[in-house]
Amino acid sequence: MDAAIEVADLRKTYRGRRTGEVRAVDGVSFRVERGEFFGILGPNGAGKTTTLEIVEGLRKPDSGTVRLLGRSPWPHSPELTGRLGVQLQASAFFEFLTAREQIETFAELYGAGQGRAAEMLELVGLAEHANVRCEKLSGGQQQRLSIACALVGDPELVFLDEPTAALDPQARRNLWDLMRSINAEGRTVVLTTHYMEEAEALCDRVAIMDAGKIRAIDSPAGFVQGLDAPTKVTVAAGQLSDERVQELAAGEPWTAGETAVVFETRDPRKLLTALASDGALDGLSVRTANLEDVFLHVTGREWRG
Amino acid sequence: MSLETAEARTVRAERSGGRAYRSLFKALGRGWLRDRSQIFFTILLPLMFMVLLASVFGSGDTAASRIVAVGDVAVLDGADADEFAVAEASDLDAALAMLRDGDADAAVVQDGSTVRIYPSATNSTSGAIAEGRLSALVDDVNVEVLSAAAPGEPVLATEVEEADGGALQPIQYLAPGILAWGVAIAGVFGAAGTIVDWKRDKLLRRLRLTPASVRTFLGAKVSVNLVVAVGQTAVFLAVAALGFGLRLSAWTWFAVPLVLLGTLAFLAIGVVIGGIAQTSPAAAGLSNLVTMPMAFVSGAFYPLALSPGWVQAISYASPMRYLNEALQSVVVYGEPPTAVLPQIGFLAAFAAIVALFSWKTFKFDEL
Repeated sequence: MDAAIEVADLRKTYRGRRTGEVRAVDGVSFRVERGEFFGILGPNGAGKTTTLEIVEGLRKPDSGTVRLLGRSPWPHSPELTGRLGVQLQASAFFEFLTAREQIETFAELYGAGQGRAAEMLELVGLAEHANVRCEKLSGGQQQRLSIACALVGDPELVFLDEPTAALDPQARRNLWDLMRSINAEGRTVVLTTHYMEEAEALCDRVAIMDAGKIRAIDSPAGFVQGLDAPTKVTVAAGQLSDERVQELAAGEPWTAGETAVVFETRDPRKLLTALASDGALDGLSVRTANLEDVFLHVTGREWRG
Repeated sequence: MSLETAEARTVRAERSGGRAYRSLFKALGRGWLRDRSQIFFTILLPLMFMVLLASVFGSGDTAASRIVAVGDVAVLDGADADEFAVAEASDLDAALAMLRDGDADAAVVQDGSTVRIYPSATNSTSGAIAEGRLSALVDDVNVEVLSAAAPGEPVLATEVEEADGGALQPIQYLAPGILAWGVAIAGVFGAAGTIVDWKRDKLLRRLRLTPASVRTFLGAKVSVNLVVAVGQTAVFLAVAALGFGLRLSAWTWFAVPLVLLGTLAFLAIGVVIGGIAQTSPAAAGLSNLVTMPMAFVSGAFYPLALSPGWVQAISYASPMRYLNEALQSVVVYGEPPTAVLPQIGFLAAFAAIVALFSWKTFKFDEL
């Protein structure tokens, strides 16, 4: 079976009158297996959307090749687009239509039945807003409708371009559940995001993108392990004598501030047991390395999501 | 929920071409009907212009002349009430004051056998009309007196027949012009506004990623505009005929293909504007910039024959001129379609050239 996506050495340069030459995509290659949840993570302007648009077939690259489900996305072919589901950054809706009319129109474009349209509205939790005009829906509801439109054709491969941008935390969590269930049904999902925790929570594998290049690809856990960074254990200051702090650190780095003592340890189990037996657990927090540290390590830059 | 086989999808996609067109037509048509600004611009605005222009151009020559009689004016005794509305003034100064204020069209004093007429200088057109009518009235009275004195003597009489099929009533030349203008703004503003909306919403981008082709979508969009133009024409001509006394010829139905062709030409102009403009206000402003001069030099609101030479010269470049002429010929004068072949040819050539230009210069990446 072909891979869901195979991308080799994509390049795209924009020439703006004011901005001069911008290498939006600069030699990007990756491969996504069927059934995978694949994330492209990077700050705004990293080239995520341009990469996605080239992969989808909306833009032609200057050079490089794309295979979707074993075929080229260019030129447009109904056989291929019928197997894709796409959610774009802008909520692309027909003006003045209700949520139901919107999804029914998309259902007809994909040759799917009206029953399927109603089912998708139900799935994304918009059944009771079916008769509301699209422009009157909230941001989160519009994103969910957009995803419903992407799913209505029963796609094998789903592209979601920053679906949770500008949503409140609750709406974001709801969308996460929805995205997990889409992937659990056996669909391949490609997600772009600039939220670290989103990529960490959802993706099987993550490509970290910066300045038009993919800097590294791995699973979130693999990234963190590969980083081999110490665990940061923090407790409130004033519970331990300086000598005891020295003793507990056992030669590893530590810092003592006015409000907190921070240990950086490779053996968090031993340290935490000792702290517990001392009864020094006030203000305890344990932080393992996350994708933010990975980003810093991979790009040499602080994360500014 | 199941993932379909590839073969089932292929069959599904092949069957869905006509269905995609129908559903897109339905979605876009519904959107149009729910957009109140569209209804206003396409249907109500042209009707408002018709009411306005018909009352501006139509009042002067149909109403009775307002005459102020100073003292006893015997000649007015035989006057037709349809032609003269007579008021009285105590002296000439009072009558002249009424003329200055625009309250009367002419003042009359009869001094024995002399009928002295003071036509209004404030409103010279209706003053001249009143003067003419009063002179005719005096002539009629003289003929009566002379015929009574010499009963055997034959006198000449005039009879006035309408020429040009009666097309001189203002509504007869105004209606086709306003309709042509209505079709033009619906096409230009409609296409320009839609394209700017698409740039913002990325709807076209989304639709390119469905099995339906962009061509199907654009076809559905143009179809909606053409249906709208036909509906607009029907409503407009019905109101003009029933409410304003426009007489429709037997060839009126040929207005439909003319309006369709005109709409294509104006849509093409709108696409060029939509390609340049980035925001809705910019699209509306540019559309005005193009349609206003086009309307003023087209003869749509004011007969070209009465316009200065340079306006007549520029008008040859305005597609509205040809639509206006063609509509006037078939709807008002009842000429057959063969008589407007030159206009059809120009409109078709104009539509083709502008469409080609917009196709070549359009930045599809922005959609």
